[in-house]
Amino acid sequence: MITMEGICKSYRIAKRNAGLKEACKSLFHRENETIEALSDVSFTIEDGEMVGYIGPNGAGKSSTIKILSGILTPDSGSCIVNGRTPWKDRIAHVREIGVVFGQRSQLWWDIPVIDSFELIKEIYSVETHDYHHNLEELTEMLNLKELLRTPVRQLSLGQRMRCEIAASLLHNPGILFLDEPTIGLDAVSKLAVRDFIKKRNREYGTTVILTTHDMQDIAALTNRVILIGKGRLLLDGTLDTLRQQAADLEGGEPSEELDKIVAKLYRGLDIL
Amino acid sequence: MKKYISFFKIRFQVGLQYRSASIAALTTQFLWGIMECAAYRAIYMSSGMEPPMEFSALVSYIWLKEAFLAMFNTWVTTDGDIFTVIMNGDVAYELCRPVSLYRMWFAKSVGGRCATAALKCVPIIAVSVLLPRPYRLSPPRDLVAFCFFLLTLFLGLFVTVAFCMVVYAITLFTISPQGLRAVLTGAVEFLSGAVIPFPFIPQPVRGVLELLPFGSMHNVALRVYSGSLAGGEMLRAVALQVFWIVALVLLGKAICRTAERRIVVQGG
Repeated sequence: MITMEGICKSYRIAKRNAGLKEACKSLFHRENETIEALSDVSFTIEDGEMVGYIGPNGAGKSSTIKILSGILTPDSGSCIVNGRTPWKDRIAHVREIGVVFGQRSQLWWDIPVIDSFELIKEIYSVETHDYHHNLEELTEMLNLKELLRTPVRQLSLGQRMRCEIAASLLHNPGILFLDEPTIGLDAVSKLAVRDFIKKRNREYGTTVILTTHDMQDIAALTNRVILIGKGRLLLDGTLDTLRQQAADLEGGEPSEELDKIVAKLYRGLDIL
Repeated sequence: MKKYISFFKIRFQVGLQYRSASIAALTTQFLWGIMECAAYRAIYMSSGMEPPMEFSALVSYIWLKEAFLAMFNTWVTTDGDIFTVIMNGDVAYELCRPVSLYRMWFAKSVGGRCATAALKCVPIIAVSVLLPRPYRLSPPRDLVAFCFFLLTLFLGLFVTVAFCMVVYAITLFTISPQGLRAVLTGAVEFLSGAVIPFPFIPQPVRGVLELLPFGSMHNVALRVYSGSLAGGEMLRAVALQVFWIVALVLLGKAICRTAERRIVVQGG
């Protein structure tokens, strides 16, 4: 179970205008702006739930994932994942979670994928039997057979992404945080990844939290959607709630196309 | 422990991946070694003073320094991947591992250094024992000296890695390693005796240098091999190495712990 209670986090950002003069000026005087990345965010997620976490660029989605995975300490508020505070008990906490950061890589750039997998097996002390069983299943579902022996630097983005997802699941985590996992995937891979996440959730009861800009991911995977904008939690409900809210805001017929609904919401709630 | 050994292993595998880079580096180091020997030979022949080190001991010092250079490097691209993950934010993944960041990086660094050194020391030593007389690498003074050479070599490696870990931990705050690296490149080279072996440096500067952590890096092992450091003086040097390992590890861990709480992995 995951509970977040009044989580706040702010960043200080040094800002300046363009140009050499401005750059020199900033050597002596910095203008800092404090940005509330998250203010008073609270929610609860039960075991086995699949939740879509959406919001416009810079809304605070990644910050939330970072806090949940224990690599960012919030300014205030409490967060309990399986009875632990992630940033206080990092090592015990991360053993039970799997994380995919769509923008980053956990695979060793120079050597074949399978070497990275073997390392992950050791890091998480996965039993050899379980590891082979998992690897086989992942290889088949994500179609990795041809990729495993290739050095990571020679994979395309989508191929690498599939390997990244597999790498995050080798230790059978009970909770999975996916930060834009479908970036760069072709249609076939996208469907494969979605099926795969669904199957994982069905068979192992894996809790999944997913951030994405691809509304089809949300529609295919999640019943519950949490909408965040400018660091505030604005909506927590089903896709139908989302539709309804959009219709209420703008009036008129509820639109069918998800992207349009979301765009309406972002504009209507003034969070862009 | 097994986990950390596997970091060592994978870093070793990366080290074996690029063959042409190794060959290129090997050539450079080999030519550099010959040049250094020749330069010192000119100094020995032209000056009337009593040399502080036998020429054969100096030649051994130079060849072994080249052979094990990768173990004691505090500059170039050794551990470049640690700087890279800090700069590009992949450190986020490193923090998602159920391992201590400090120990993981320590193991990686030791692994990478040993891999590179293992690849390079064999050809360099093989060639340098076959060179004509004055430039030849001589055998160790005796068996005891050789055993102490191996011991101090690894102690020196740990001092170097423990020192670098302090640098990496600081980099977690500064993000860009450029400043620190620029200072270190020149300073550590000189302070560790890689440019001029310690016996050539006059007192009292030499005494100070020997006490600094940099003096506990490769200086000890290379001088033990040829017998330029022996007996009580050698044991004192070993004790000092152990002291610096403990001190630098404690310091590095403390900075790392603060950093883990304070760092913000930027970007999406």
